[in-house]
Amino acid sequence: MSSIQTGSMKALTLRLQDELFAVEAENVREILDLVPITEVPNASPFVSGLINVRGRVVPLADLRVMFGMDRPEPDQDTRIVVMEVTIDGEPTVAGILADKVHDVTDIEAASIEDAPKVGMRWRPEFIRGIGKRNGGFIIIPNLGKIFETQGGRSPSSAASEERSAS
Amino acid sequence: MSFSDPNETFRQEARELLEQLELGLLDLEQNPGNDDLVNSTFRALHTIKGSGAMFGFTAVAAFVHEFETAFDQVRKGQSSATPALIAVALDAKDHIHKLIEQPDQTHAGGDAILDALRATIAGTSATAEIPEAPAPEAPAAASQPSAAEGRWRIRFRLPADALVYGTNPLLLLDEIKAIGPCTIKALTDTIPGLDVIDPEVPYLGWQVDLVSADPREAIDDVFLFLKDGMELSVEPLLDEPGQVAATPVSAPAIAAPEAAAQRPEPAMPAPAQAAPVHAKAKPTKTAEPDGASGSDRPASSSMRVDAERLDELMDRVGELVIAQARLTQIANMSSDGNLKTIAEELERLSSGLRDTTMGIRMVPIGTLFSRFRRLVHDLSRDLGKEIEFITTGEDTELDKTMIERLADPLVHLIRNSVDHGLESADKRLAAGKPAQGTVRLSAVYAGAEVAISVTDDGAGLNAERIRAKAEEAGLLAPDAKIADQDLWQMIFAPGFSTAKEVTSLSGRGVGMDVVKRTIDGLRGSIDVATTPGQGSSMTLRLPLTLAIIDGMLVRVGNGRFTIPLAAVEECVELPEGIEANARGRNFLDIRGSLVPFLRLREVFGTTAPADPHQKVVIVSSGEGRVGLVVDQIIGNNQTVIKQLSKLHSSIKSFSGATILGDGTVALILDTSHLVAFGQGYVDQGRAA
Repeated sequence: MSSIQTGSMKALTLRLQDELFAVEAENVREILDLVPITEVPNASPFVSGLINVRGRVVPLADLRVMFGMDRPEPDQDTRIVVMEVTIDGEPTVAGILADKVHDVTDIEAASIEDAPKVGMRWRPEFIRGIGKRNGGFIIIPNLGKIFETQGGRSPSSAASEERSAS
Repeated sequence: MSFSDPNETFRQEARELLEQLELGLLDLEQNPGNDDLVNSTFRALHTIKGSGAMFGFTAVAAFVHEFETAFDQVRKGQSSATPALIAVALDAKDHIHKLIEQPDQTHAGGDAILDALRATIAGTSATAEIPEAPAPEAPAAASQPSAAEGRWRIRFRLPADALVYGTNPLLLLDEIKAIGPCTIKALTDTIPGLDVIDPEVPYLGWQVDLVSADPREAIDDVFLFLKDGMELSVEPLLDEPGQVAATPVSAPAIAAPEAAAQRPEPAMPAPAQAAPVHAKAKPTKTAEPDGASGSDRPASSSMRVDAERLDELMDRVGELVIAQARLTQIANMSSDGNLKTIAEELERLSSGLRDTTMGIRMVPIGTLFSRFRRLVHDLSRDLGKEIEFITTGEDTELDKTMIERLADPLVHLIRNSVDHGLESADKRLAAGKPAQGTVRLSAVYAGAEVAISVTDDGAGLNAERIRAKAEEAGLLAPDAKIADQDLWQMIFAPGFSTAKEVTSLSGRGVGMDVVKRTIDGLRGSIDVATTPGQGSSMTLRLPLTLAIIDGMLVRVGNGRFTIPLAAVEECVELPEGIEANARGRNFLDIRGSLVPFLRLREVFGTTAPADPHQKVVIVSSGEGRVGLVVDQIIGNNQTVIKQLSKLHSSIKSFSGATILGDGTVALILDTSHLVAFGQGYVDQGRAA
């Protein structure tokens, strides 16, 4: 949080469906065009795939699942953002699917507000803050929280979710 | 990392020597009369003393010296290796271990151990000597020179590089002087002319005539660290003039008068020791005293490598294997013959490299097993139970990291068997069993796994007591129905212990849950089997390696999966008729035995249309077998195992992932999990 409150945050902006998101640029390793994705049977839809990133097997996460969005098939704008995230205290490399990647920008700390507690479609703990740019909103997701929720999930609930989803 | 601390080197070496010492002592307990064992034990002690002094571990050297002196009585046959002596010697070994590992701290109790050691030896030697004791002060006699054995002619020349490596001949001569009175003569015959002399080469040879009662080993000890490359001869000097003249160099017998003067009361009779020492002294020629050589030689052909570097090497080989798989795939699509040839050659080389690299990491489990002999020995003494400890399958090889992590779980299991499993001698006799209990530790290959069992012939697990305890701890609802196998697994729950009283060894309820956690961490499992009154058996099943395996690539729907080849027994076609039965009766008749099968399409929820001719891959794990129905068998490949991240660790059907030749990721099936899953079918089938 502190990095947001003081000065500005260097962020990579990306689009998921109709919303603009920003992730901290310093945690981004690389941005890939779409690569073959290996589906993991019985995994939750959020991390249903694995990809090969320079010889490493990396889980691929779809944030759209966590924000209750539609998930159309990938098109020519689809990218994979490879990032370092911390899961249960362990640094892990994971890919994040993005419908489109825009640019790296500075987001003024002053313009970032806490997520409103009410009147929001999404679970508030998944959002670190909401910034403004060019008159629009940018959502800053709390990746640590999102991945942690996923990692701590019991196998049975993950499996049952898969069944109901398919 | 590259900086090597000499003290650490000494410690490592000492640890190995102490292990050797311990094994020697334990073997000796079983074969008290075996001279080879006595000698190897003595050798280990001696080397520890020597290198301890060299590296400044003076406390170690001093203690070991005393230990050695006491143990020398055993070597001379004046005392025998009784169990009591072995027990004290083992304590002494532990003390040395402490001195070496924590040199900065003061360790009390060393003197007490030495006193006990001396007392024990005096006890046994006193009884041993009565029949042949014309000299009741036999130990003291060792320090008195006696005519027959006491005179030696030592001739030595140092290797050409000795001075460069810091050897000082004067110090050697001083050491010889310390053994006994002597005359020293320089042999100047090989000194070259001044024009060719190299000031760094020791041209002088030395001839020393020594009067000493110390056995020949005392002389060998002086040269212990030098013997490679030097010329050394030690011969007993006899009084017959012919003998003296027969020594090759024209050496006037200077020694004779002085030696004669030094010789006190003629022939103080000490027949008991004169005989064996003399026998040893006869076959003396050059270098290599038959003493320390045996234990030193293997060291020169092996080297220590940082485990991290091995891991790095393994990673690199993994990358190479993946790159090679890509090349093979490209070569197969091309019509260029040269490309194909080189791709094939590279495949052969990389698989060889892979096997070698893995081989470096594989260690026979015997290295681990031998540690437990001491454990059982101590347990047997502390609990007053007679135990026979049998190990089999010591040469079964496992990845080094795995072996290290297995040590603690096995300690717990063995303790449990001895403490809880084996009954006291009275109870055993009452139950019609021999008073001596048996604990077996065995390792065997089972498919892609290694099964390590700890088996005892004790009372077996007590179902009622485990049940009562589980209910008390709230792990099990009262009158809940539970299969025996699941009930046994309760003993691995944290805080669970059925021991009525807490002993110093076990019964605190910590341990078994640690065992379970460690084995889970290694992707292994624990089976429990028990027969009331007959004993119980704990079997750890572990994957052979954590790095690279041979795999069989199969396709299910659109996904490709790798099955560890070592687990594959055979592949058959799925009979068409069986298709109709669909759910419920999933069994195949494989040459008369019923094998359950799993349709991976169902397990994985695949929606793509099925191939018309489905194949069944029969895999095994331990006793269980299961058929896995797949759409297509693609072929064999080398599989570099990559761990799945935490995000997928909850999915048990897969043990990891790998990268295929075309760069895509394939999941590796966890066969033991699938077999267990399939065995559930069998149980259901029986119940129906």
